[in-house]
Amino acid sequence: MASAAQRRIKSISYAKYGYIFILPFFLVYFFFQLWPLINTFIVSFQGNGSNTGEWVGLENFQHLLKKVTLTAEDRANLRNSAKLTDDEYLALSNKALRAGIHQDFVTAFKNTLILWFGNFIPQLLLSLSLAVWFTDAKLKIPGKGFFKVVMYMPNIITAASVAVLFMSMCSESKYGAVNQLLHSLGIVKELDGPQRDTIKFLTGVWPARIVIMFIQTWMWFGNTMIMLMSGIMGINPSLFEAASIDGANSGQVFRKITLPLLSPIMVYTLVTSMMGGLQMFDIPFLYHQGGSPNKDVSTVAVFIYGHFHTGQMYQNYGYSGAASVLLFIVTLCLGFITFYLNRDVDAIAKKKQRKRIAKQAKAQSKQFGGLSI
Amino acid sequence: MSKMKSVYGEPKDNYMFKIRLKSTILFIWCLILTIICLLPVYILIINATRLHTDIAGGLTIAPSKYLLRNFRHMRSDFGNVFKPLIGYRNSAIITVCATFLCVFFSALTAYGIQVYDFKLKEVSYTAILLIMMVPSQVTAAGFLNFMAKIGLTDTYWPLIIPAAAAPSIVFFMRSYMKSSFPLEIVEAARIDGSGEFRTFLTIAIPMMKPAIAVQAIFAFVANWNNYFTPSMILISGKTSQKTLPMMISTIQASDKTNDLGVVYFCIALSIVPIIVAYVLLSRYIIAGVALGGVKE
Repeated sequence: MASAAQRRIKSISYAKYGYIFILPFFLVYFFFQLWPLINTFIVSFQGNGSNTGEWVGLENFQHLLKKVTLTAEDRANLRNSAKLTDDEYLALSNKALRAGIHQDFVTAFKNTLILWFGNFIPQLLLSLSLAVWFTDAKLKIPGKGFFKVVMYMPNIITAASVAVLFMSMCSESKYGAVNQLLHSLGIVKELDGPQRDTIKFLTGVWPARIVIMFIQTWMWFGNTMIMLMSGIMGINPSLFEAASIDGANSGQVFRKITLPLLSPIMVYTLVTSMMGGLQMFDIPFLYHQGGSPNKDVSTVAVFIYGHFHTGQMYQNYGYSGAASVLLFIVTLCLGFITFYLNRDVDAIAKKKQRKRIAKQAKAQSKQFGGLSI
Repeated sequence: MSKMKSVYGEPKDNYMFKIRLKSTILFIWCLILTIICLLPVYILIINATRLHTDIAGGLTIAPSKYLLRNFRHMRSDFGNVFKPLIGYRNSAIITVCATFLCVFFSALTAYGIQVYDFKLKEVSYTAILLIMMVPSQVTAAGFLNFMAKIGLTDTYWPLIIPAAAAPSIVFFMRSYMKSSFPLEIVEAARIDGSGEFRTFLTIAIPMMKPAIAVQAIFAFVANWNNYFTPSMILISGKTSQKTLPMMISTIQASDKTNDLGVVYFCIALSIVPIIVAYVLLSRYIIAGVALGGVKE
């Protein structure tokens, strides 16, 4: 055992290596992540288009969040703009632009929430039930290893390719594999011609959303399942044994043992899925036919990307930055809420009780003139 | 006696039957899920071998014989936007460099924090844990703005160097070291006259091989599949610079998408290598994912 003096000498002689070893990480982190984060905040207070760099305060946030409605009169004026003076026209087209940006942002935000809920809930139900069944010692399901490998596979495939693949399969013409399948099942009557009733998986609002939710679930349920499985296997098996000796049925075991003891990993899954859901980009961005991304499925990440990537000429860094900052705040809040809900209630209650007892004891000892009895 | 036997025998048979029934039902359910998981990939591979006009005729189970024809048409139709060999090369350059940096510097950082005692040890570790929570899309606008200012857009540097700071991997490596890297080894190496950096390279890295392998696989997959960052940084969109996912996305945006056989063929070119690699490495990958679940 090293004495105190020895330990001090050791720390003096080797501490510098600690700094040297962690220095590259923090250098890279600072330049490529922390400074961009700060820069995002800076950019969110700056102008758009040709006057990037001009300080505009909270204007970008206002544009994103404040509702601007075009009246019927405005629309009519815009249509025959010859009657307007240049200034009037400029003001009116600005107003139209603002209304559009607000509308886009709100839709993107709504879509993000819808798409996230729509993929997270079925994904969690599916993977939790599969994880419970696969780890149940009483059930004998052959080929568990094979199922795990197959179910994780979609997660490894390039998301961009998956998006284009599903886009080709969900085509609304007679070439779409999904519509062909539905046709052979008798759900779709006509594949081609004027009376075709193929389902509009690409242009319809809800069909497109459902396809994206399906893709996300398809890609991620295997991953969640394996993580939950390893979480369940980490629970002490004697608890399950004791429960089955006491005559608990599988529902009771799940509610009273598996779920409470799994909660740390559930929270981890929830948080990572939430981060992933808020960042959902590849699939909503690429899942559309030609032209620009489908507005009905575009998420906040697509909005951010679209505004700093509208081309070299006119870059709306300001709107991107403001949307990023709002996304950041939402992420932080959601993270804190999950951790708050997941805090160990029993431990906190016990701590409080202990404090109260200590206080009482102190008060009592004061009553007795500070004498400890 | 016989009466008693029947009393005790019956419920047991009933119980076994129930278990067997449940197992069978679940097995069938898993088979259905397997089919759902494999069907899109199967349709992709089959349709990559078929003629455009045949695809309209519905799904078939057996592949057709037009694979080479689709390959030739890919060269003629998408020749200028989809060059798979260049795509593989570019993706490989970025992915290999980024994976190496990511794994090496994560191991280095984890080692530095775990082995040495210094004042900012706990502070820096907490900082890394906090960093883990920031989603990467949030910093994108500022990142691109900064890269454009220092003139690094349209180069591979912004895609490779940031990989050196991967907080979640540092976190993973440190928890691995905590459980399976005794610090006495570092002491012993010092006594034998090994320099600090050499100790890390020749002793710590070989001992951390399992953790490094798992994280390398995941970093590789994540970088290979990344579409957001490359398409953001490589603004000018030169085909010679594009990564494979970017090329796939150009097919989607192209107006020549009416030959679906060729489109499926191109997608298959991007997906099949990954699936082959996955089948070979699936054991390690599944084990690696499972490690994520025991992070507590």
